[in-house]
Amino acid sequence: MPRFLSAKTDTRLITLPWETPLAEWPEEMLVALPRGISRHVVRFVRVGKEVFAVKEVLEHLARHEYRLLRDLTRLDTPSVEAVGVVTDRFTPDGTVLDPILITRHLQFSLPYRSLFSRGVRQDTVNRLVDAMVVLLARLHLIGFLWGDVSLSNTLFRRDAGAFAAYLVDAETGELHDQLTNGQREHDLTIARTNLFGEFCDLEAGGLLDEALDPLVLVETIESRYRELWGELTGVEEFDGSEMHRIESRVRRLNALGFDVAELDITTDFAGSTIRIQPKVVDAGHHSRRLIRLTGLDTEENQARRLLNDLDYYRARTDQQNADESIVAHQWLTNRFEPVVNSVPAEMRAKLEPAELYHEVLEHRWFLSERAGNEVPVDQAARSYMDTVLSQLPDEKLNLSGMEAMGPLANPFDPSQGFVDDEVDKPYDPWETESDDDTPEEPATPYLDIAALRRAKG
Amino acid sequence: MATVQFTDATRVYPGADHPSVDKLNLDIGDGEFMVLVGPSGCGKSTSLRMLAGLEEVNAGSIHIGDRDVTDLPPKDRDIAMVFQNYALYPHMTVGDNMGFALKMAGVSKAERQQRVEEAAKLLGLDDFLNRKPKALSGGQRQRVAMGRAIVRSPQVFLMDEPLSNLDAKLRVSTRTQIAALQTRLGVTTVYVTHDQVEAMTMGDRVAVMKDGVLMQVDSPLALYDNPKNLFVAGFIGSPAMNLIEGVVSADGISVGDYVVPVPRETLAHAANEKNLVLGIRPENFDLGSGNEGIGIDVDVVEELGADAFIYGTLAGTPDIDKLTAQQIVGRISSRTPPHRGTTVRLNIDPEHVHVFSKATGNRLA
Repeated sequence: MPRFLSAKTDTRLITLPWETPLAEWPEEMLVALPRGISRHVVRFVRVGKEVFAVKEVLEHLARHEYRLLRDLTRLDTPSVEAVGVVTDRFTPDGTVLDPILITRHLQFSLPYRSLFSRGVRQDTVNRLVDAMVVLLARLHLIGFLWGDVSLSNTLFRRDAGAFAAYLVDAETGELHDQLTNGQREHDLTIARTNLFGEFCDLEAGGLLDEALDPLVLVETIESRYRELWGELTGVEEFDGSEMHRIESRVRRLNALGFDVAELDITTDFAGSTIRIQPKVVDAGHHSRRLIRLTGLDTEENQARRLLNDLDYYRARTDQQNADESIVAHQWLTNRFEPVVNSVPAEMRAKLEPAELYHEVLEHRWFLSERAGNEVPVDQAARSYMDTVLSQLPDEKLNLSGMEAMGPLANPFDPSQGFVDDEVDKPYDPWETESDDDTPEEPATPYLDIAALRRAKG
Repeated sequence: MATVQFTDATRVYPGADHPSVDKLNLDIGDGEFMVLVGPSGCGKSTSLRMLAGLEEVNAGSIHIGDRDVTDLPPKDRDIAMVFQNYALYPHMTVGDNMGFALKMAGVSKAERQQRVEEAAKLLGLDDFLNRKPKALSGGQRQRVAMGRAIVRSPQVFLMDEPLSNLDAKLRVSTRTQIAALQTRLGVTTVYVTHDQVEAMTMGDRVAVMKDGVLMQVDSPLALYDNPKNLFVAGFIGSPAMNLIEGVVSADGISVGDYVVPVPRETLAHAANEKNLVLGIRPENFDLGSGNEGIGIDVDVVEELGADAFIYGTLAGTPDIDKLTAQQIVGRISSRTPPHRGTTVRLNIDPEHVHVFSKATGNRLA
């Protein structure tokens, strides 16, 4: 009988066909979501209304990744949620099957290939790059060495015109108390190489805008990361007469979306030179404030946008001196919820509520510009749904994106490549030879010292 | 190509009581395949990462060739971590999949092509170069990953448990391929594994580590035949060497009612120790006759063609203690191995008796 390792097992998962190799699971259970290439068998499985990613992998790797993903969730770092590990799998005839790691599919997420498939604008690429840099810096801040930084191992969610990046694959990850500079440099080197490869691949497939140069892109990633890391952790020294620089450092970090939990401030004996260094910074400055005020759990830029609208609402209703949380409640019931609730049911899978609200605000700005006067929000919302939202694809479960590269050999497994028209297999001396002498290794775990003596002579 | 030299290299994690790597001294020859092996937490991976530049060196130094790399960032060390990146890009040819990092490094097109062709030849992938990686097998994907490191022609290859995420079949074939390639390329290689069988079959020399300390570095056969201490004796070899405590007597060391003959000069090294530890590899036992040999109560017999492994406990161990008593393993070449439940005598080949101090754990010369 299979065994479940899980914090809280979803009982519907227990009845899945664990005794069947994942590659042979019935198609009616599977969902063909676009995703990166994996060296393991990976499938998306629909269970009720939810979708889970299941990956067949060696036991120590499955447990390692499960624990790491749980740690990342606990540390409030954007990553997919680990649901459980299934071990002790056997086919009815007793063949042992590899364990399975189950993660929850991230709703409204977009793999990079689907973002690029329709041709991509330079500013979109820049925003993806920024999201990637923020994710890498956040992971490094908590001491996480990724080891396989790549676009394939990342999912993106819309974030008020920008993107928020999520870690998908933690197989090579390690959680340390603190990373050394060498470890961060190592991750950065891997990021450069992998992203360069991924951009070149998009270029070779004709999917990258001709104005974009893979080398410039990866150099941008590196320099933006260094800038952000410097701002987040760098030492700043100034004269005692410039005390305002402490405040401006904190504000700059807030503007980047980070809170300063500990700031190390030292002065020399005379007090003439001040040295400051942020020791603990937490991402989510705006999203934490929004969740505290309204209970809405959003991405960072969405929170920033919604908080701006809340401030605007406060000024419009002349409540600058009222308690912030009371005004926030009013804003939620009078502004936010009516817009979100006015979306017809059939269009609700197109955008997340916070993203939708952001889009309506954008739309309203355009309408107001054109009309020369302020258009009310409810009117802007109706116009947005009629003219824009109805035309958008569903993104809750994004099924588009892979077709641009031709038909897949297996729609559920991009790792198997595309439908192959080259039937003849090239000559491979290594595989042809090894077919002949199969008995390479005895099945016992013993060290064959006699063979070793012969070999090492 | 280059030598690698660790000199008193030490890594202490912040807040830790003990160094993770304690004054490591290790000289790796030009073109040598060095395997670092030991149980988890022994410091093998940390040592490799110190060489790669991922871990700080708190004391001591590391040289690659004549260059002191102790404080250099990873990318300036001219090393390559092999098998770091398996992803194959579907729109690029196999050749471009191998050589794209050179393009990033600004290597000219002609040179890129030449290096990729050389690597492909070595890897048996010549005929694949202009193909898309559509339907490469698992083994071919491994080779493309190796190719990515080879085309960079670094001074040193580093491999950190590269086989741990492969299934058993691919593990064995990749192991053979790595070893063969390394011999052909002659690039200095440092390889980390927890698997002593892997270490023994792959390495020119093997460095055995425990608790951050280098226990012994030697050729695989020297480690097997002359382990310097109890740890190496027990760690190298499977099934493991039998380590049996006995009492020193005039002509040897007595175990139960039998005195295992040990040369007097060996015993003379024992200072004043009354008890010593005998090390006997399973294959150095033979079935004895009469009263010769250590008495063993046989619990399990496992036949392997012409040989048989017998597992048992020292004769006379009360039944109630048998589960917790030390297990003795012997590999017997006999057509008629003993049955379980019987008591046998096991003779020891005097040439192959290892003797260790119980106090220090060190081998008595």
